[in-house]
Amino acid sequence: MATGLTLKELSKKEMLLTAGHRMCAGCGAPIVVKMVLLASEYPLIAANATGCLEVSTCISEYTAWKIPWIHNAFENAAATISGVETMYRSLKKQGKIDKEIKFIAFGGDGGTYDIGLQSLSGAMERGHDMLYVCYDNGAYMNTGIQRSSATPFGADTTTCPAGDVIQGKPQQRKDMTRIMAAHGIPYVAQASPSHWMDLMKKVRKALDIKGPKFMNIISPCNRGWRSRTDDAIMLSKLAVETCYWPLYEIENGVTKVTFKPKEKKPLKDFIKPQGRFKHLFSPENEGMLKTFQEMIDREWEALLKASGAE
Amino acid sequence: MAKVVAATGNEAVADALRQVNPDVSSAYPITPATDIMQRFTSFVSNGKVKTEMILVESEHSAMSGCIGASAAGGRVMTATSSQGLALMWEELFIASGTRLPIVMALVNRALSAPLNIHGDHSDGMGARDCGWIQLWSENGQEAYDNTIQAFRIAEHMDIRLPAMVCLDGFIISHSIERIEYLDDAAVKNFVREFRQLYPLLDMEHPVSYGPLILPDYYMEFRRAQAEVMTKVPKVVLDVAKDFEKISGRKYGLFETYRLDDAEVALVILNSAAGTSKDVIDSFREKGIKAGLLKPRLYRPFPYEEVGNALKNLKAVCVLDRADAFGGSYGPMFADIAASLYPYRERPLLINKIYGLGGRDYMPSHAELVLNELVEIAKTGKAKTLKEYIGVRE
Repeated sequence: MATGLTLKELSKKEMLLTAGHRMCAGCGAPIVVKMVLLASEYPLIAANATGCLEVSTCISEYTAWKIPWIHNAFENAAATISGVETMYRSLKKQGKIDKEIKFIAFGGDGGTYDIGLQSLSGAMERGHDMLYVCYDNGAYMNTGIQRSSATPFGADTTTCPAGDVIQGKPQQRKDMTRIMAAHGIPYVAQASPSHWMDLMKKVRKALDIKGPKFMNIISPCNRGWRSRTDDAIMLSKLAVETCYWPLYEIENGVTKVTFKPKEKKPLKDFIKPQGRFKHLFSPENEGMLKTFQEMIDREWEALLKASGAE
Repeated sequence: MAKVVAATGNEAVADALRQVNPDVSSAYPITPATDIMQRFTSFVSNGKVKTEMILVESEHSAMSGCIGASAAGGRVMTATSSQGLALMWEELFIASGTRLPIVMALVNRALSAPLNIHGDHSDGMGARDCGWIQLWSENGQEAYDNTIQAFRIAEHMDIRLPAMVCLDGFIISHSIERIEYLDDAAVKNFVREFRQLYPLLDMEHPVSYGPLILPDYYMEFRRAQAEVMTKVPKVVLDVAKDFEKISGRKYGLFETYRLDDAEVALVILNSAAGTSKDVIDSFREKGIKAGLLKPRLYRPFPYEEVGNALKNLKAVCVLDRADAFGGSYGPMFADIAASLYPYRERPLLINKIYGLGGRDYMPSHAELVLNELVEIAKTGKAKTLKEYIGVRE
């Protein structure tokens, strides 16, 4: 019997990531992980790239994971879970196992967009029955907020600090969701913990589809974003409402925007509460703010066009 | 019944892997190891094995996939060479630290730069301290036999460590020799069923693999790993005894050739040992008491046994097919010197570096070295402790 995606029904399910992990107060990642695990109707095995989530959830001799879990290294969560999934197929074929099990890999943006891109691309191309979930907080938060290719334009990080000459990250962020879609895999989606029902529906849909799936989920980090500890959900909501982080899915090549804000809010609403963008609000950086807004507009319009909405 | 075939070293290793019939293999092509996986995947395509392949996009992912598959709960193998092993580096330590009994054929090849695809031991020697068991093989027969034994050693309940089987690139991997194969059933029976401890796929007993261990326990963990290594030689000997029963072929921690009453000796690995044995015979015919020691189990290195075998000699030359830059001597020289250090009376040692990047090792090289050892034994003095041989000046 499928559990309904209602708070009442979900509240009866067991939390598969326990309390007592060492993630920072107000971190978006454990919220994202709990939602993903809670959405599943299948028994799960997870692989985890080195990063905040990994170092904070399994410090010997404690583990916060109630499901089988493996951490190998930073760049290879996808290759590692592909090994687990292949052994599962081998043993199933041999009649040594009969249970239906689903496989998930979790990685941050560093482990996904950058160092783990090759391993992820390979696993997607090989067609393993797995879901890769990137919790994207937009920098190497675990090593102390260094820029990654997911870091937004203009953001101040410890390796592209806003200074007298350089005003934060000069480059546009990589569009990882579209890169994954370009692999021609059956399901790719972008989600946000602020829209939990949308997120969990996507996880459910992904797990029901056979083959490789990818989900990119925004995950606010109050240390790196320099925001209030209780603002994670508010900020992820603003990311969606400003169309900085549109909610959409691409199923078998068909793009669908799953949430269209009634009124698209200005990007400023999302970045103003974050200290990492503070310098963009000084008068001499007005041009950068404009450039940033134009980037978001362009991407949003392209998405609407791809979805046939415009 | 066992059968005699004419096969290359790679072919023999591929056939051994077919007979072992692992559950999963994750591999990436690299010269000269490619041939092993090409042959093996044809077994997969033709239903000769139950193995599921993961044809990855790099050697890093090859070993990552092996680690995931092994932890999931089954028998896993792969093969590589040179740059491939170098790219796996990080994962080699994770495989051994996680105590996963993965078996890997390492077809020894030189390391870049400059690029060279031919046989030397730089790759395997560089990986000697990564926590893997290393078995080295003189010829195709030994590569075949070591591959089969490697599974039993790696998977032994006292051990549970990954193992690599080393054979010389091209010289052995691509040369056809007379090789005796065991029956498929005999190999199956010998390697037995494998059961992983704490498999990830046991959903009723969820486990976490790959924790963070801080200074409070990291050192105890490492010491436990070191202690497991000390149990390997006994297991290697026990497995060799069982293997002798089905094959008639005898294996030890190392091979000694005419060493018992020898006064001078060569210590040399893999294919060059064969060439050296012929030269030793000709020196014996001249009445010179020459012998040879060829390590087989290189990691863990059997220091005590090797020291005991060499301590009564007058002069010994360690021939290294790899150099350890800035370490003064070749890697094997350092191990042999360490094994002789505890003895007050011990032979004079010299070190020669030979055969890098596939440079031929000729009988004349062995003769030159043995003549030098005879001179050292006579005078009690070594002129040069380390030098390259077979090289342009």
